[in-house]
Amino acid sequence: MPAVQETVERVKRIDVDQYRYGFETLIESEKAPRGLSEETVKFISEKKNEPAWMLQWRLEAYRRWLTMTEPTWARVDYPKIDFQDLYYYAAPKPKKTINSLDEIDPEILKTYEKLGIPLREVAMLEGVEPKPGEEDPNRRKIAVDAVFDSVSVATTFKAELMKAGVIFMPISEAIREHPELVQKYLGSVVPTSDNFYATLNSAVFSDGSFVYVPPGVRCPMELSTYFRINERNTGQFERTLIIADKGSYVSYLEGCTAPQRDENQLHAAVVELVAHDDAEIKYSTVQNWYPGNSEGKGGIYNFVTKRGDCRGDRSKISWTQVETGSAITWKYPSCILRGDNSSGEFYSIAISNGYQQVDSGTKMIHLGKNTSSRIISKGIAAGKSQNTYRGLVTAHRKATGARNFTACDSLLIGDKCGAHTVPYIEAKNSSATFEHEATTSKISEDVLFYCIQRGLSQEEAVGLVVNGFVKDVLQQLPMEFAVEAQKLISISLEGSVG
Amino acid sequence: MALLEVKDLKVRVEEREILHGLTLTVNEGEIHAIMGPNGSGKSTLSHVIAGKPGYEVTDGQILFKGEDLLEMAPEERAAKGVFLAFQYPVEIPGVTTMNFLRTALNAQRKARGETELMVPDFLKKVREVSKSLNIPQDMLKRGVNVGFSGGEKKRNEVLQMALFEPSLCILDEMDSGLDIDALRIAADGVNALHSPKRAMVVITHYQRLLNYIVPDIVHVMSKGRVVKSGGKELALELEASGYAQFEDAA
Ligand SMILES: Nc1ncnc2c1ncn2[C@@H]1O[C@H](COP(=O)(O)OP(=O)(O)OP(=O)(O)O)[C@@H](O)[C@H]1O
Ligand SMILES: [Mg+2]
Repeated sequence: MPAVQETVERVKRIDVDQYRYGFETLIESEKAPRGLSEETVKFISEKKNEPAWMLQWRLEAYRRWLTMTEPTWARVDYPKIDFQDLYYYAAPKPKKTINSLDEIDPEILKTYEKLGIPLREVAMLEGVEPKPGEEDPNRRKIAVDAVFDSVSVATTFKAELMKAGVIFMPISEAIREHPELVQKYLGSVVPTSDNFYATLNSAVFSDGSFVYVPPGVRCPMELSTYFRINERNTGQFERTLIIADKGSYVSYLEGCTAPQRDENQLHAAVVELVAHDDAEIKYSTVQNWYPGNSEGKGGIYNFVTKRGDCRGDRSKISWTQVETGSAITWKYPSCILRGDNSSGEFYSIAISNGYQQVDSGTKMIHLGKNTSSRIISKGIAAGKSQNTYRGLVTAHRKATGARNFTACDSLLIGDKCGAHTVPYIEAKNSSATFEHEATTSKISEDVLFYCIQRGLSQEEAVGLVVNGFVKDVLQQLPMEFAVEAQKLISISLEGSVG
Repeated sequence: MALLEVKDLKVRVEEREILHGLTLTVNEGEIHAIMGPNGSGKSTLSHVIAGKPGYEVTDGQILFKGEDLLEMAPEERAAKGVFLAFQYPVEIPGVTTMNFLRTALNAQRKARGETELMVPDFLKKVREVSKSLNIPQDMLKRGVNVGFSGGEKKRNEVLQMALFEPSLCILDEMDSGLDIDALRIAADGVNALHSPKRAMVVITHYQRLLNYIVPDIVHVMSKGRVVKSGGKELALELEASGYAQFEDAA
């Protein structure tokens, strides 16, 4: 089935409540007391059996955070968050080792089923060992580190990665097992004092992924994580750290879906990437947090700090994102092009519908010589949503020969939504060449009717036209993600016309 | 048997009446030509038959195979066999022609309760048809009509017509912008589709097209009505003396 056809099929299957992934899993969980204090930070650190240096690091961040104020420059509007009314930690009760799927909590199995994750994969997610001879060698390999609520419940393909020398584990484990790596790199790209949300994350981050690829190693599989928010009123503070050592390569996929709920939920993740000489990191995201209901109630507040440091010469970092969810998105995956001849890329599809507010974009900071960056952003606004692209491209005085190309296209569906483009461009040396192109268009009635005259329904027509509009970016995603993303795009535009 | 019956059709666009009681009957297997001056309502008629939004039918009816066409959603009309080759085909960037053809064909088949066409059968069919229309394969890999020349766009319309096998084909000025060779190729494509079960309605300003696609009946439209119908010689008459003689009739 071609992906577009599949999109169409999928859209047809959607029931009244469009948000299929809006469900809760009733598993017991262990919570930190409500609110944020030094006690909360200590509680989290203790729960995770962290070494003293880690607790100190967190506490410093916490004290710093107390002095900071929430940023207000983004084009988003939401009621004030009461940070003392949130829970900062929740973990499923510790699990015993399991030998078969029968031993897994049926509630968890149901969750996976609704998410459409095949049982075969659930077995891997839940750490059930395959029987010898059962392994299918033709199967495309994806290692999945499942973040179920705040604790990584399972890590797969661990052995094979180990053989290649790749470290892929929950960051809480890495803190204990590879303290020298974590201490060296954590906060080296996004310092604890970076911004309000990143600082908050540094104080209370619960878990996330850690990846280290040693020199010269091409990571033998795509690395993937499923994120879920599962406890009512629990802020989710993911922390991810990926290091590609000299001449290595890694592709990391992040995808998420969240349960439907009434109250707004805060999500403030931090992702740090470090690429040394000749290394390459490809980071792909499909983001589908609960966007709120048709009246704009509920939905996730997503304040994310993602930054990649092209620390080495000829290094390369590429961000690809498909943003369809969240009530509020505040997210600017960035590249610091420090090494000479390093390059950064940002490919983005940001879709907003209903009352969603998206303020997203990127920063390309050219510091090294002959560095290059490329930005392709596709914003789609429907319903009563507001969609802002905010992009910064700068060249430092010493960044001779810096090059940037930016293409920023917005598509409007209906006339109650808005698309905005806010570029900041600064070249501090004359040899920099920065190109910026921007377009805004409305989905054309004539184009829709053309498709409908050929037999497509209105919704199928919108799906087709939008998928065409975002094609350049979809092509950047690994195959399995591209298909998933296409489905999401159509689902999130459900009910945007007619 | 009557395939299409338009009876006393009155249509408004933005509070202004464009069609003032138009009547037209098209039987299976027939080729009709509609001629008429600019602004007489030819495209409007084709849009209303296809179900384009924005037109208000204030009176009259349209039957297709005996069913009330105006009650059907536009995509349903397409699946039932109404095809409109547009005067101005649109561009759809990022959607390859091949993908578009397949998505549309399968949507129609599904609406009719048929199974999807298997990929090899589909490809074979597209290859055959595009070859006969002189459409190069790599054009099918490009976005729908994106960067196509005027002639290529029109040929792409005929390609779709051949592929979807509709029972009523309305061609709105398929000859505009075509050079002589392209015109012959497109007309041959249309003629190849002529069958006892299928009817064609050819909207044109030029008698020249009717040398290639020979009509059974020619209608003259003026000011929102059919003011005269006759055999193919009517087109020649028009070519010689213009529309002025019909203006009063309207
Ligand atoms: N959307 C619209 N809004 C206002 N007037 C319209 C609209 N569509 C058509 N009309 C008017 O209706 C009349 C008939 O237009 P139509 O396009 O059907 O003519 P036509 O016979 O196809 O002309 P041509 O030979 O130039 O293609 C014209 O006066 C046109 O201006
Ligand atoms: Mg016309």
